Amino acid sequence: MSKQLLKGNVALAEAAIRAGCEAYFGYPITPQTELLEHMARRMIELNRVFLQAESEVAAINMVYGAAVAGTKVMTSSSSPGISLMQEGFSYIAGSNVPVVVIDVMRGGPGLGNIQPSQSDYNQITKSAGHGDFHPIVLAPATVQEAIDLTVLAFDLAETYRTLVIVAADGAIGQMMEPAELPPMRPKREKRPFWALTGAAGRPKNVITSLYLGADNLEALNNQIQDKLALIQGHEVRYDCYRMEDADSVLVAFGTAARVAQTAVDHLRQEGFPVGLLRPITLWPFPERPLRELAQQVDTLLVVEMNAGQMFHDVKEVVGDQAEVYFTGRTGGAIPTPDEIERVVHGLYNYYLDPDYSPVGVLA
Amino acid sequence: MSETSVVIAGFGGQGVLFAGQLLAYAGMENGRFVTWIPSYGPEMRGGTAHCTVIISDRPIGAPTVTRPDIAIVLNQPSFDKYEPLVKPGGLLVVNSSLVTASSLRDDLELALVPADALAEQFGTRQLLNVAALGAMLAKRPLVALTAVDQALRNHLPASKAHLLAANLTVLEKGYAHCVQLPLAQ
Repeated sequence: MSKQLLKGNVALAEAAIRAGCEAYFGYPITPQTELLEHMARRMIELNRVFLQAESEVAAINMVYGAAVAGTKVMTSSSSPGISLMQEGFSYIAGSNVPVVVIDVMRGGPGLGNIQPSQSDYNQITKSAGHGDFHPIVLAPATVQEAIDLTVLAFDLAETYRTLVIVAADGAIGQMMEPAELPPMRPKREKRPFWALTGAAGRPKNVITSLYLGADNLEALNNQIQDKLALIQGHEVRYDCYRMEDADSVLVAFGTAARVAQTAVDHLRQEGFPVGLLRPITLWPFPERPLRELAQQVDTLLVVEMNAGQMFHDVKEVVGDQAEVYFTGRTGGAIPTPDEIERVVHGLYNYYLDPDYSPVGVLA
Repeated sequence: MSETSVVIAGFGGQGVLFAGQLLAYAGMENGRFVTWIPSYGPEMRGGTAHCTVIISDRPIGAPTVTRPDIAIVLNQPSFDKYEPLVKPGGLLVVNSSLVTASSLRDDLELALVPADALAEQFGTRQLLNVAALGAMLAKRPLVALTAVDQALRNHLPASKAHLLAANLTVLEKGYAHCVQLPLAQ
């Protein structure tokens, strides 16, 4: 396979197909509509299931049903549609079934706009629905990574029988970059042992999220918490960029991390020893690497396309080991490298002159 | 120059997105890092559209730029928007068939190309995007003209296959219009 120039949305869809996605249920919404369009064409070509549902609520419940039957299944949407799907996410979590969801985030709150954003961070990493659970959340920063993480999402969903959300944003969805698709996996012939496939000749399987009685439901919750602890122990992923001798480190994911990377290059040219830590798994959050990093550097600057959501996770992990600051843009605006560089300049000035007030920095 | 950003802007329907994709394909096939990102949304329907292409020797960070190295402006609103934004020392390619204003800036290079007229003379008017791309390559050979030629052969949509020869001719004419031959010693 050689590299092709691929649009993020198309890459996400085709990666899901090649990872073995057997059924897709969805409802169109910008900026991820090309994903659904690609699925509409390719899934039918391949004699798999594509269904445009009447709403996101219907789509996620169809996904739930297919997952219960042991089908490799996914849906995709963008922020307002993800809000609508939350009840289904919670049922999926309570039922311990594997599902992949792609969220190409756009500006909110409300209908907001169709520009790139990262403001679903709290919503999808903290709960993604009522009850005690976290989905695994994977945040690609390039089209290639969108492909790789979508394939990984199907594997993690199966391994842990869990909900996995690929959290892209409008820029990743709309951008074209050279990327390589994986080979097509052979069709899965055998359904998983736990699936509802007809109980003839075997004891029946029961999949439900309804557990009347506190003992039963607490047992389920304990099981979910054990699983989450296992995921936290094994599935943390992150990337580091130009950390050598860094005394300040930017922390950013997705498109914001790309902008931060450009800012790091410029700042390094100017002689500022700045690096970048990029969480790839937003949940499980890279706590240990951040904690270790905080012992080595003076300052962390979190950069996001929201009003400071991951900022609070960083602050909680780091405690008083290092100063943690935030800069970002909201409403679908993408921060520029210049803006980040100005804040970093401000922070360095601040250390030289404690009376200097860093502009645009949330302490 | 290890990283160059190009904004291509015009009316929806002038082919700005496809011109950007041609440049990105050519860059990719030259083994370079490339990104292409469109303006997307309501403005695409009849209004102005633009895309940003970055071609680099290194992995590309931010896929969007505030101040491009090169802007190709195909209509007056795009000229008004991007003429002040091109980086000092940058290049502004102007479709002089539709843009009558002139730049007062003395810190950028200006390439005037009557893209609509060239396209109409040597093909059809809708090929103005390719004429302007040819003009840009004459001033800044980010990729070889032959690489764009090849990208057209590989990626012109099937519905436009009958226009391949005209595309190739208009690309060449745009290039020829702006190419500067080295001075004879």
